Amino acid sequence: MNENILELKNLFDASIAKVLDASALDEIRVSYLGKNGSVTGLLKNMGALSPDERKTYGKDVNDLKNYISGAIDEKLIYLNEQALKKELEAMPEFDVSAPVDTDRGSYHPITLVQRQCENVFRTMGFTIEDYSEIVTDYECFEALNIPKFHPARDMQDTYYLENGQLLKSHTSAAQNAIYKKYKKALVEEGKPIRAIFPGRCFRNENTDACHENTFFQMEGVMVDKNISISNLIFFMKTMLSAVFEKDINVRLRPGFFPFVEPGFELDISCLICGGEGCPSCKHSGWLELCPCGMIHPNVLREGGIDPEEYTGFAFGLGLTRLAMMKYGVKDIRDLNGGSLANLAQFTEDK
Amino acid sequence: MLISLNWISDFVDLSGVDTDKLLKQFSLSTAEVENDIFYKGRDISGIVVAEIKSVEEHPESKKLHLLKVDAGEAELVDVVCGAPNVKVGMKTAFAKLGAKIGDITIAPRSLAGYTSHGMCCSESELGISDDNSGIMCITEDVPLGTDLKEIYDIEDVIFEVDNKSLTNRPDLWGHYGIAREIATLLGRELKPLEVADVSKYNALPEIDLKIEDKLCHRYSCISFKNISRTVSPVNMRIRLFYCGMRAINYLADLTNYLMLETGQPMHAFDSRKIEKIRVKRFADSFGFATLDGNERKIDDQTLMICNGDTPVAIAGIMGGLDSEIVEDTTSLTLESATFDAASIRKSSSRLGLRTDASMRYEKSLDPELTVTAIARFIKLLSQYDAGVEVISRLTDEYAYKYDEIVLNFNKDYVNRYTGIEISNETIVNTLVALGFEVKCDGDEFSVKVPSWRGTKDVTLKADIIEEITRIYGYDNFDVNTTLAPLYPVRAFDEKSVEEQIKDILVKRYSLHELHSYIWAYAEEYKKLGIEIEENVKLLEATNPNIETIRRSIIPTQLCQLKINTSFAKEFGIFEVGRVVKGFKEDGLVNERKMLAVSLFSKESDMEKLYFDAVGMICTLADDIKHAKVTFEASEADHGYVHPKNYNSIICGDVEIGKIGIIHPTVAKKIDKKCSVVFFELDANLFAEIEATDIKYIETSKFPSIDVDLTFVVDKYKPIADAIAKVNSPLITKEKLVGTYTDESGKSITVRLTFSDSERTLTKDEVMAIVDKIIAELSSVGVALKA
Repeated sequence: MNENILELKNLFDASIAKVLDASALDEIRVSYLGKNGSVTGLLKNMGALSPDERKTYGKDVNDLKNYISGAIDEKLIYLNEQALKKELEAMPEFDVSAPVDTDRGSYHPITLVQRQCENVFRTMGFTIEDYSEIVTDYECFEALNIPKFHPARDMQDTYYLENGQLLKSHTSAAQNAIYKKYKKALVEEGKPIRAIFPGRCFRNENTDACHENTFFQMEGVMVDKNISISNLIFFMKTMLSAVFEKDINVRLRPGFFPFVEPGFELDISCLICGGEGCPSCKHSGWLELCPCGMIHPNVLREGGIDPEEYTGFAFGLGLTRLAMMKYGVKDIRDLNGGSLANLAQFTEDK
Repeated sequence: MLISLNWISDFVDLSGVDTDKLLKQFSLSTAEVENDIFYKGRDISGIVVAEIKSVEEHPESKKLHLLKVDAGEAELVDVVCGAPNVKVGMKTAFAKLGAKIGDITIAPRSLAGYTSHGMCCSESELGISDDNSGIMCITEDVPLGTDLKEIYDIEDVIFEVDNKSLTNRPDLWGHYGIAREIATLLGRELKPLEVADVSKYNALPEIDLKIEDKLCHRYSCISFKNISRTVSPVNMRIRLFYCGMRAINYLADLTNYLMLETGQPMHAFDSRKIEKIRVKRFADSFGFATLDGNERKIDDQTLMICNGDTPVAIAGIMGGLDSEIVEDTTSLTLESATFDAASIRKSSSRLGLRTDASMRYEKSLDPELTVTAIARFIKLLSQYDAGVEVISRLTDEYAYKYDEIVLNFNKDYVNRYTGIEISNETIVNTLVALGFEVKCDGDEFSVKVPSWRGTKDVTLKADIIEEITRIYGYDNFDVNTTLAPLYPVRAFDEKSVEEQIKDILVKRYSLHELHSYIWAYAEEYKKLGIEIEENVKLLEATNPNIETIRRSIIPTQLCQLKINTSFAKEFGIFEVGRVVKGFKEDGLVNERKMLAVSLFSKESDMEKLYFDAVGMICTLADDIKHAKVTFEASEADHGYVHPKNYNSIICGDVEIGKIGIIHPTVAKKIDKKCSVVFFELDANLFAEIEATDIKYIETSKFPSIDVDLTFVVDKYKPIADAIAKVNSPLITKEKLVGTYTDESGKSITVRLTFSDSERTLTKDEVMAIVDKIIAELSSVGVALKA
């Protein structure tokens, strides 16, 4: 091999060995293989050679060119690998064990419980109604078969306003309007009335850990041609099992409410012990949960529905009580207390 | 109300009955029995009748006596006793060695040097009365050594029925009514109440009686004399005590006993004090001393029992001190009456005097009961005091008689209402047992309601359903779903919008939902220097703090911010709640559902916080209604609002709310250094806005051209107006890039994106539109920044 070629090859080997990054490698590529590079330069010496020598010389230069080009590509791959390795190593390990601030909002617990109940009833064909908080004496009492001198109508129990209206003392106050809203569809199209109406209620009470003057209830009614006590028990059991997400037993006891006949106090099997008896159900196995009953004929009649033809049931769930049971809130005043330390704990429920 | 099973067994055979099961059934079919059941006297044994044969003073104690007691055994027993009433010849209750009283077993015990071989007991120690003044005095003629339980009903089962569950059942306020229920539940016979025949006194003179007020429904009375007995029989006293009443004297005990037995309150007057019975109200108020020794103020609404014009008792509530039976009383007039229930309840609550009698009268007692109770009284009176002489005929004025109620229904009605099949035989048997008169012809029923259920309780067919089903037992019902058809459920905007708002504010903006009260809380407002604005008020508010209904949720929220300043450096709260904005034309209140949001920050500058709020409003409108929102400057109309940056929120041409900054004087009271921005939307108006449909626009396949334009201008509005006026369909996006202020004033950069779905736009056509916009702006004096 020509001396010059050999010398250049050695020179190249020495310099590529020292290369540490891609740009230096590129410089080498240019200085050897570029237009004015050393390898190209070797060809300029060709003229001084015999045709035989020229043939060998030419091949040797070409071999060197291929050798250099290959070595550079190889080196480039090596350098890229090294660079990636370095980059990966350079990434620090983060400390995920350290506490972080979350930025999330919160729902009021009543909203969560209310939505859960609404979802159950919606899937069973109930409409969800909105109703005002301030109602008339007619809506709250008269239309509900509550006689003029009933204790519930006393000033000391109900908040009256200066114009004779009042802060509704129970969600039943919406019943009359619901019947009137749907009676046409019931009578003319045979569409049963199925409705729930959650809402805020007010009673003139001194507040303590167990008593509030402002609380939430959810009323439900169903009216159709042959609604029976048997249906009432079925619906209450089914719906409450869905609300509490476990199989609930219910039992009815006679209870007196002027707007139902018969009226019941509904007990559910204790959520803690399942009916065996424990301190939280005072060892009875039952928890008193909600009043319910067959809608009183006078109440249906007042809503424009003929009680001879239609029957129905109604129930009233205490949403505030449900929320307290569900989340273990001990002091009812916390719910309207406005303290974020307490209330920001309630995120989207499961 | 406390119920004695011994008493019940006077009227129903309870032999072989499982008490726990019975009471559970009673709870499920009639009225709630409280959890605690009292098994009286079971912890007492070995107490016998004994006679004190000798009494000696204890040499070292003034109180103690040394007795020799004959307990019917061969030898007398030495007993040391501390009771003051020990006497030779007295018979008493004696606890022999080995006897049990509660947890104590009687054993020989040394008292000041002498050993006592047993104990003489007081009634209180035996748990049969509260008399602990001395040892029990036994008058019964029985052999010494007789076990006390053989002569007295010390053993009893007492249960409590929740009074609240009896409000609609006037017939259950006495043992006889409870016995009727129990007889029905057990399917056993109810024995009749034994009464005296009062017709035999018909020849005697009448009592001068006149009802002068319609609030008295019936007044029955009778007089008698020669009452020699002063102390009630022991068994009567035990029953009264077990049922929560103190024994007083024979006559008072007997009226109480009758009330607990029949539910009919009675009152005994000294006949000298009530020669002319008048029942009436007085036009003027006056003071009246009741027999509990208190002076009561009687007003023109309170019904009184009078002797002529002199009031002697508050009707249905309490007797007067002056007409009370005293030591020299020789003859008595017994009252048994019924009054208007609502009137008694109101008088009793006005007087703050709720008695066993008024509690019963409030429930609308059966007027038929007055005479029955008198006849029963006479029966018991003469049974225990044979010398008693009746000196008047039964005098009775029946002013208001309830209509007889007959209810007709058929089997199909029962089937429909219950959803199960109950046999005709069961229906008839149940109703008959409860005292209804039933005629049954095939599947047609005709039922006469007994007087004790007919005052308000059972008036409709549906009430009969309750009677049948509660006795049938709800636990025995077959439970079935309805056959009612299902239809898609429509969601109402006013409800669904509320939920969407909550989700956006919580999920996207991390706000916290709080609840508050519907009234303006004066005390809290005061702390922030917020005036309560004139609005609808509660009638006769007992708490001046909560007199006025709120017009806005914002002041409440400011109070909430104040208690939460340490929660975080920056946070926001919201509430969807009701306010009242005065009265409407029809005189009813103008109730509105509002969304209120308050943002609090100790860090952010006011402008950032403000635009956070603006962003929320625009997002709510865009997301829920696909609608655009504009803002219009407004005059501050509340004391707590900063005069600047108070804007009306306009959506779909309607003003739906206001956004503003809290006035620094109020903000400083919330926290020394904080920014507070709020907005309040009328959620009803917002819900009413028609949501536009989503219009899908296909993305252009051709490149778009962005043009940035910077104008020297204070506000964006002229730029928006110009773009709107030029109204080019090729402008597909408009974005505020930024605002800058330099020596030439404030300038705003806007980026316009041009594109077309059909082709690539040329630079020339884009620039032509841009030029139009520039020209529009320059015509209103806005120049492009050089």
